[in-house]
Amino acid sequence: MYDVVVIGGGPAGMAATIRAKELGLKVLLLDDNDYLGGILLQCIHPGFGIHYFKEELTGPEFAYRLMNKLDGVEVKTSARVLEIINYSDLEKFVVFTSPEGVQKVSTKTIIYTAGARERHAFEIGIVGDRVAGIYTAGEAQTLMDIYGIMPGKEIVIVGSGDVGLIMARRFSLEGAKVKAVIELMPYPGGLARNIMILKDFNIPLYLSHKVVEVRGRGRVEKIKVVKVDENLREISGTEFWIEADTLVISAGLIPNVKLLTEIGVVIDPSTGGPIVNDRLETSVPGIFVAGNALLINDLVDYVAEQGELAAEGAKEFIENGGIPSKRWIRLVKGENIRLLAPHYLSGERDVWIYARVARPMEDVVVEFVEIGKKIKLPVVKPAEMLRIKLRAKEISKAEDKITMKVVKHE
Amino acid sequence: MSKVYRFTCIVCPLSCTIEVEVENGEVKNVKGYTCPRGKEWAIEEVTNPKRIVMSVIPVEGGRLPTVSVKTEKPVPKDKIPELMKFLAGIKVKAPVRVGDVIAEFEGVKIVVTRDA
Repeated sequence: MYDVVVIGGGPAGMAATIRAKELGLKVLLLDDNDYLGGILLQCIHPGFGIHYFKEELTGPEFAYRLMNKLDGVEVKTSARVLEIINYSDLEKFVVFTSPEGVQKVSTKTIIYTAGARERHAFEIGIVGDRVAGIYTAGEAQTLMDIYGIMPGKEIVIVGSGDVGLIMARRFSLEGAKVKAVIELMPYPGGLARNIMILKDFNIPLYLSHKVVEVRGRGRVEKIKVVKVDENLREISGTEFWIEADTLVISAGLIPNVKLLTEIGVVIDPSTGGPIVNDRLETSVPGIFVAGNALLINDLVDYVAEQGELAAEGAKEFIENGGIPSKRWIRLVKGENIRLLAPHYLSGERDVWIYARVARPMEDVVVEFVEIGKKIKLPVVKPAEMLRIKLRAKEISKAEDKITMKVVKHE
Repeated sequence: MSKVYRFTCIVCPLSCTIEVEVENGEVKNVKGYTCPRGKEWAIEEVTNPKRIVMSVIPVEGGRLPTVSVKTEKPVPKDKIPELMKFLAGIKVKAPVRVGDVIAEFEGVKIVVTRDA
């Protein structure tokens, strides 16, 4: 019987595995890809690791730093988990296929780090011809940066989040023409350093616009764009066509939680990931979650941090036959908070709060109402996750809940 | 005549808004930065913008068909198209390891960032 089975060999899973091993736990790491590292291996741009390794690395370099610490751990790649069975709080089974066949292992805890999936064309209401040349940004990235294949020559990108912008740079560097980035919201979706890319390559950004239709015979030929009003409704008469051979969809990520929902893990509709306590334990005792399966992060550094935290949670769970806590204080979304995690705080330990605002705002105060904690910030943006440490002493002042809100500084 | 360049700092995720005032090709004033790295970056961004450049190179006999590479240090922005053409002509044979230098472009090392 394992102490921990980690599902997913990306940065969260590797960091969780390494920490669990350091804590003396018997670990098995499973990944369905044929290599570890997850999406990091195709994120060949720099900007990773500034917090976690105090050094700027590319995605693969970040991944190799972690991989090099996995010595002595049992790792299975090409191992796809089919089912998690929650037999009891203290015993779970993981069923997976691998080149060795179907296997079933038992474990005391599970750390689920299966990452996220990308939203696709149908989910954002694009209609038209089902032609070649429509990719998600991640697919295009896999083609270019793992397999060395150019997905197209004249490209329109939907969504100005980090993934879309980074792909705009890769296409431009490799000689393709990025004809436009189309963003539904009235503000860009990515981190400031990535917005810079548009200026570097003279790529037009259409804010408050939407791709509605793709036409082509065999391959994408033209793409219909329309302006939207403040309620995101299409404004008729504003339609125009852009000629392109490729449409790349970068319309956001959704935590990959199917295996968890099948065993009744409670999901927070605003994060798309599980509801967790401050050990990142889900509503099913002994099942922990970290990384983009918990909530969509903007920095891999936070993902790795969450992995470590989940491993510490697993250790505590095993030692005590459960996560001991006298009470749980709810962390509640207040004004201009779109999502947050963790959802339940014990007040027995310091905790990182991860949150996103619903809309951009300048000169603000982030307030934790019931405990009187206030943090002034010059600016908040939906694209940039807030990461704030609450001390155990501060949290324990609350009775049953703490409301987090972002308000204008007075 | 002085001109003020205003941009969002990309050195770290803090994203400070920095203003650089330039007069007759000389930097007169820098405002809005919160660290020396940001100040330095903003001045360079006006006078000689540079970028780290990344790409992939085909690899023969590797586990994956390509290896990813980056420039060891930022290169001037106007050199990037030339650099990309240079990179497009390179091929390597497995094995290569993270950190290997596989080529040099005008004194800047091209470093492998993924094993193959």
